[in-house]
Amino acid sequence: MNALKQYIDLFDESREIIEEQSPAILNTLRSSAREHLETARLPRKGSEDYEATDLEAVFAHDYGVNVNRLPFDADPSETFHCDVPNMSTCLYYTSNDAFHSSATAERNIGQVVVEPFSMAAVDYPELMEAYYGKLARMSDPTVALNSLLVQDGLLIYVPDGIVAERPIQLVNIFNAALDMMVQRRLLIVVGKNASIKLLACDHTQSADYRYLNNQVVEIVAMQGSTLDLYDMEESTPLTSRVSSIYVNQHEGSNVLIDGITLTNGFTRNNYHVEVNGEHAETHLLGMTIASGEQHVDSHTFISHNAPRCHSNEMFKYVLNDHAVGAFAGKILVQPGCPRVEAYQGNRNLCGAPTARMYTKPQLEIYTDDVMCSHGSAIGQLDEEALFYMRTRGIGIDEARRLLMQAFVADVIDGVRLDALKDRLHYLVEKRFAGTLSNCATCAAACRPSTKD
Amino acid sequence: MLVIKDLQASIEDKQILKGINLTVKPGEVHAIMGPNGSGKSTLSAVLTGNPAYTVTGGSVEFYGKDLLALSPEDRAHEGLFLSFQYPVEIPGVSMVNFMRTALNEKRKYFGQDPLSAADFLKLMREKRAIVQLDNKLASRAVNEGFSGGEKKRNEIFQMAMLEPKLSILDETDSGLDIDALRIVASGVNTLKSKDNATIVITHYQRLLDYIKPDFVHVLYKGRIVMSAGPELALELEEKGYDWIKEQVDSQQ
Repeated sequence: MNALKQYIDLFDESREIIEEQSPAILNTLRSSAREHLETARLPRKGSEDYEATDLEAVFAHDYGVNVNRLPFDADPSETFHCDVPNMSTCLYYTSNDAFHSSATAERNIGQVVVEPFSMAAVDYPELMEAYYGKLARMSDPTVALNSLLVQDGLLIYVPDGIVAERPIQLVNIFNAALDMMVQRRLLIVVGKNASIKLLACDHTQSADYRYLNNQVVEIVAMQGSTLDLYDMEESTPLTSRVSSIYVNQHEGSNVLIDGITLTNGFTRNNYHVEVNGEHAETHLLGMTIASGEQHVDSHTFISHNAPRCHSNEMFKYVLNDHAVGAFAGKILVQPGCPRVEAYQGNRNLCGAPTARMYTKPQLEIYTDDVMCSHGSAIGQLDEEALFYMRTRGIGIDEARRLLMQAFVADVIDGVRLDALKDRLHYLVEKRFAGTLSNCATCAAACRPSTKD
Repeated sequence: MLVIKDLQASIEDKQILKGINLTVKPGEVHAIMGPNGSGKSTLSAVLTGNPAYTVTGGSVEFYGKDLLALSPEDRAHEGLFLSFQYPVEIPGVSMVNFMRTALNEKRKYFGQDPLSAADFLKLMREKRAIVQLDNKLASRAVNEGFSGGEKKRNEIFQMAMLEPKLSILDETDSGLDIDALRIVASGVNTLKSKDNATIVITHYQRLLDYIKPDFVHVLYKGRIVMSAGPELALELEEKGYDWIKEQVDSQQ
């Protein structure tokens, strides 16, 4: 069986329609993607780097693909108000696979470019040509599939020297009334000494349909630039996500990527960071809270290709019920890169004997005079602390919640946006209390209620 | 308020308590002394419901209720408090959050509304003063990085906040210097009233100079083998436990 075949067939049948409706730049990769997929197979559970995760099974379902670009939703900004209190953002939406801007996008007073590829191909052809598809690797069949079928995407471009006043918030919503796969694609270019904070939230409005987001994000951080990407998922048990983020960091750039999964079905997050300039700083953070049958797998690769860089990686998982977590992280220090400091940590809490965690920390160092460490631990809630709290009258459930919250607190504190930090503490508290449901400010029921 | 009858308990199939009998009335201070390994800490653990121990016989009534049938948290709500010999560090949980949760859970148990933030902070301030606990400590994670003395003062601070009817002080004097001992003891004495009672578990007479007991019991091999007035503590300080051990062992 080959789950890719149905999509290759679909492409072969509809290539003309797909290409007609896409900006020309996206069509330049399709032949190469098609070639890669000819012999490619999606990894099965147990294969290298997929010890706990079966991608073949995820893609095997017969998802609809919106080849004809039919519109689903007039204006999601009328339904969705994904506000972070005390945080003034410029809000944009992806509804299934279509891009919308909201009224608050006007706050983005013409400095930071946020445009769908269809527009960007006209307005910034040289940028699109220089960076589209240059980082993502077709050797990953999910990237090849994205490149094969993608029809639009989003360019976020911060010109040299521009410090974005407000964070950009991108709300990705599934709200189709059918099973559907989308190829989301982001290209983020942060110019020299430019700075931006980006918050992406994945939501699912309907819990009744099966969705698959097969996304590719390419990030170029120029000299001295700063980028924060908070990538948060709050979807439903029937939603799957395969996300691959590729980063190219130039000299003195500072990139923070924080992947947060509060609710989901199946998720595989790949992070591939190439540190190509001296004095670059990389912060890779992850927080997963999973219960029920949730499956969250993070795979990270940081390649230090230049001396005197600093990377810091910390992923934390709290797993309950039958949740499955996986983490595989590799730090590579290439030859000729002295004074690199690279730290990797993965800490996991299994709150139930039926929860499973798979972890694989790796270091590969080809230079002397570096400081690197990696560590991984899986544990349970501290019985002594639980009893201590109970003798103070704190019930067992509440005590467990406090301890689980405390466990992830330092990852949340790594967030470099105060309002978002507060919001995350609040959301995590609600998540553990089992009362994470609809946002108070929002009419759409895009958050399922889950309980540990 | 507390009636313990023939209490027996074990840990991992090892019998530790072999029939404890003890009655405590409001306003009383009981000291429990005894050599190492006699079961003093086990008694406090069993009374507060530590799941590591199994009760194998006997009964405990607390204000007429079957204490052993209650969960540890409900025992706390009913007015039982244990000052730990080794207070537990809980990184990531702030003292404020910890105390507010504890207090509000108790209020919930009695059908009361949660305390307002202002009232709560006012209460924290008042009670902190009793054991001279620094505000900085109150804003840190529970016991994390506290010195030995600070941990013990923090225990008495929590006792002040929760206003228990019966407090068990498990070797609260261990690891304390003289000044800290005075502060802790004066805290305990400030909280003392005719309506509440205290069980002081200690190795030494020293603490009993500050917290005056009405009764002194000697625990040995899982049983209370001797009970008397405060003069017994002085006698033990002078003569040690050997004479009691001999007396008990020869009877067996």
